Parts: sequence; C-alpha cells; structure tokens
Amino acid sequence: MIRVVLPAHLRRLAGISGEVTVCCDGQPTQKLVLDALEASYPMLRGTIRDQLSGNRRAFMRFFGCGQDLSHESPDAPLPAAIAAGTEPYLIVGAMAGG
Amino acid sequence: MNFRQAGRLNYDPAPTAGAGTDRAFWQGSTMTGVRVLVGTSKGAFVLTSDGRRQQWEVSGPQFGGWEIYHVTGSPVDPGRLYASQSSGWSGQVIQRSDDGGRTWQPAGNKFGYDGETGTHQWYDGTPHPWEFARVWHLEPSLTDPDTVYAGVEDAALFRSADGGNTWQELAGLRTHRSGPSWQPGGGGMCLHTIVLDGSNPGRIFTAISAAGVFRSDDQGATWRPVNHGLSSEGVLPDPDADVGHCVHRIAMHPSRPDVLFMQKHWDVMRSDDGGQSWHEISGNLPTDFGFAIGVHAHEPDTVYVVPITSDSEHYPPEGKLRVYRSRTGGNDWEPLSNGLPQSHCYVDVLRGAMAVDSLEDCGIYFGTTGGQVYVSADAGDNWVPIVRDLPRVLSVEVQTLP
Repeated sequence: MIRVVLPAHLRRLAGISGEVTVCCDGQPTQKLVLDALEASYPMLRGTIRDQLSGNRRAFMRFFGCGQDLSHESPDAPLPAAIAAGTEPYLIVGAMAGG
Repeated sequence: MNFRQAGRLNYDPAPTAGAGTDRAFWQGSTMTGVRVLVGTSKGAFVLTSDGRRQQWEVSGPQFGGWEIYHVTGSPVDPGRLYASQSSGWSGQVIQRSDDGGRTWQPAGNKFGYDGETGTHQWYDGTPHPWEFARVWHLEPSLTDPDTVYAGVEDAALFRSADGGNTWQELAGLRTHRSGPSWQPGGGGMCLHTIVLDGSNPGRIFTAISAAGVFRSDDQGATWRPVNHGLSSEGVLPDPDADVGHCVHRIAMHPSRPDVLFMQKHWDVMRSDDGGQSWHEISGNLPTDFGFAIGVHAHEPDTVYVVPITSDSEHYPPEGKLRVYRSRTGGNDWEPLSNGLPQSHCYVDVLRGAMAVDSLEDCGIYFGTTGGQVYVSADAGDNWVPIVRDLPRVLSVEVQTLP
C-alpha cells in the first residue's frame, strides 16, 4: 500500500481529502504508482503527467523520504519506506506554478 | 425557491452528483431570467437575475485557483454547460455540468493532434513545433447538447460528440497549406473564436491569432482562409497577405449569417459575403484597436465594441471606459458611458468578455481585467457593475432562460 499526497488543487479536482492509497503489482515504481492513481481517479489523467508522452509535467514535482524524485527514472524502484507505506509519496506543485 | 437561495447552493465547494430537486429551477423552467457565466484567471462565477436584471445573485468561485478561459452553455439545453479549466501546474481539464452550473463533472482532456504536427512560425519567424497549451474557446452545437467544438492553442479545432468525454481533431484546418506561416499573437497562437451558422449546418468560421479567419463549408473537413480586405500594415511584410492577420474576434447575428463583424488587432471590419471580402467600418471610433465585439440580439445592424488605446496600451483612451455602439452596421459610432468609470480607468476588455442576452430589452454584458462585470439592461444606454472585484475576467457568456 503506497500513500500518496496530492497538492490541494488536485485533491479538489479528484474530490478527495487527505492522503490517497494505491496498490501496485510487484516492485513499486513512480510509473506504477501514478498508473494506479490515474486508474482510481481518471480525472487526474494529464494533470500530473502529459497524457501523450507520459512525461512529468514541467511544473509538477515528486518528493519522498526527503529526496527529490522528480528526475529519477519512472521505472526505478521507489525508496523502501515509500514502498512499505511508512513514508508518503509526495506530488507537489512547483514553487513557480499556480 | 428564489434566486438568493439557489445562488447560495452554488457555493458548494465539493458538489456531489445529482442535481436534486432544484434541477428544474436551474434549467430555467420557472421564470424568465438570465445566467451570466464568467471565466476568470482564478475560477468561474455564475451571476443570476430575473428578467429585470437589477438584483443579482453571485456564486463562485467554482474551480477556484484555476484559469477558466471559457464557460458556456448549450443553446438547445441550457442546463448543459462546458468549462475550460487549466493551470500552469496541471494543464487542461474540461468540466461539464448538466444542471446549469450547480454541479460539475470532469470530462475528457486528451487533446492529441491528429498525425504529424509540423511547424508554425515562432515569434521571431523561426519554425516551431505545434504544442498543445490550452482550450481557449468552447462552442456547443446549435442542435445537439453532446456535440461541442474546442478551439485550442497551438491553433487547432477539436470536436466532441459525447459531451466532452473524447475529442477528435478536425485536422484539415491545422494542416492547411498556410499552417507553417501562422505565428503567435500576444496571447499565444490560439484558435479563440468559433462561429456556427444555424442556417447552414456545414459552415463553421474560426479565427486564429495570428493567422486570420478560416471557413469550412463541409462541417470542418476542409478549410480556406477568408481574409481578403484585411490589412495589417507595420505588422506583416505583405500587409494584404491571405493569412497572418491578428483577428481578435468575429461576431454574427444568427438571422443574417453572411454578415460578419470583426474586431481586428487594429481596424473594425465587416463582411457581407460570409467572409469572402471585408471592408473597414471603424468610422469615427476614437481608436479602432480592441478585442471584444458583439451584435444586438434583435437588431442585426447594431454593433458594440470597446475601443482600447493601442497595441501597446491595453486600456481605454483617456482613462474613460466607453462602449461604442453603431446602429448602422458600422462607420457611425456613439459612445456609451453612463454608469461606466470616466476617469482613471485602465482596465482591458478581452476578446471573450462581451455577451448579449436575448430578452426583449437586449442586455449587454462585459467583463474587465480589473474584475468588474458590467450589465446594461437597455441595449447600452445605462450600465451598472454586477460585481467589481473578481479576478481578471477572461470570458463572459449569458444564457437567456425561458
């Protein structure tokens, strides 16, 4: 079970409050977490990753365990604490956005 | 249920599905009234009144924090609304309402260009690949609530036939042979205007900054530029080129679809032959730069513009906010200022921010970059602000409820 924290504007869009939890088959990666998130909340498609390229949107950032994961490979395994659900996976609007 | 109560319901920040018992009211079945749909840089607002248009209920912001380039309703089902919602963080979202804006559901937001995109001109004249940025304008079908067109940046036309869930590009426009020469205007290379002809279902007009007006007579399959007579001196190397003109808005009266009025970057123009040729009707305007243009609901020769000082000075001349009205289809214009600020006013009125209702006494509406939305319930003679302090107003539409 992966804990995901969304920025406020996306929580409102998806009609959720607080954290979201998603499940991944196999070793969790950023791509698998976002795939699962979008499957549960289709209105988030295109708002975090470009729908056509699958790339992270320029003004969205990914953090976790005190690290900036934005530039890690989407297919790299997530840190163990995120995979174990003890630390959340943070989706953040860039400071320059809004 | 009165307007005050109904409006308060619209503040619900997390609307739930199902319109409940107010549905009939919001679809306007109980009395004649108007619903003004305002898109701003930080959310959407709905302003409602009865036919007198004196007391207003203001609801919103809906989609607070997001840019709402356009909110509009279906002419055949006033309960069906569409909104273009976007943000620098999260890109494009389309919202749909089935109860006149009380509740909303996210619809489809996958706008993929059809096939090879090629390049257009960048600001400096170099080739630049087509990139989707946002939806500027939504134009619902005149006959089917589930069919809606979307004009996007970088310029292209999309169509949905399932209530906005899926979108298909009408690629004949973007792939017109002139496409590589199109270039952005100050707001980006946007398709900002879509005009449908109720008397000719195959005919669609679009306007692109800065390419000009294009017309299709086969439901969007093929297109041709219709810009003969437009002149852009000091902006284009050939001022009379077929394409490249920064058309800001076109307007049509539905009873006379071959007559089009245009506010161009500079010049107010008119066509009497479905866009095949244009002539200038700026006449005695104090300046013929501007963005918005509208036509009276019952008088096809009564036209409204809001003159803006110049291409670099996006505010009214002399700091006086004046709408100009022509009752002669152009050339002869009168200033309308009663109720509008006549000193120290430096707001702009953007291209999508003027609308007319179709009540017997035609109402005229416009919004400003300073957050005011003004109404005249007497065709422009007298104006009052409905609201004064909204975010920057990007679009104004009005629904006349039966």
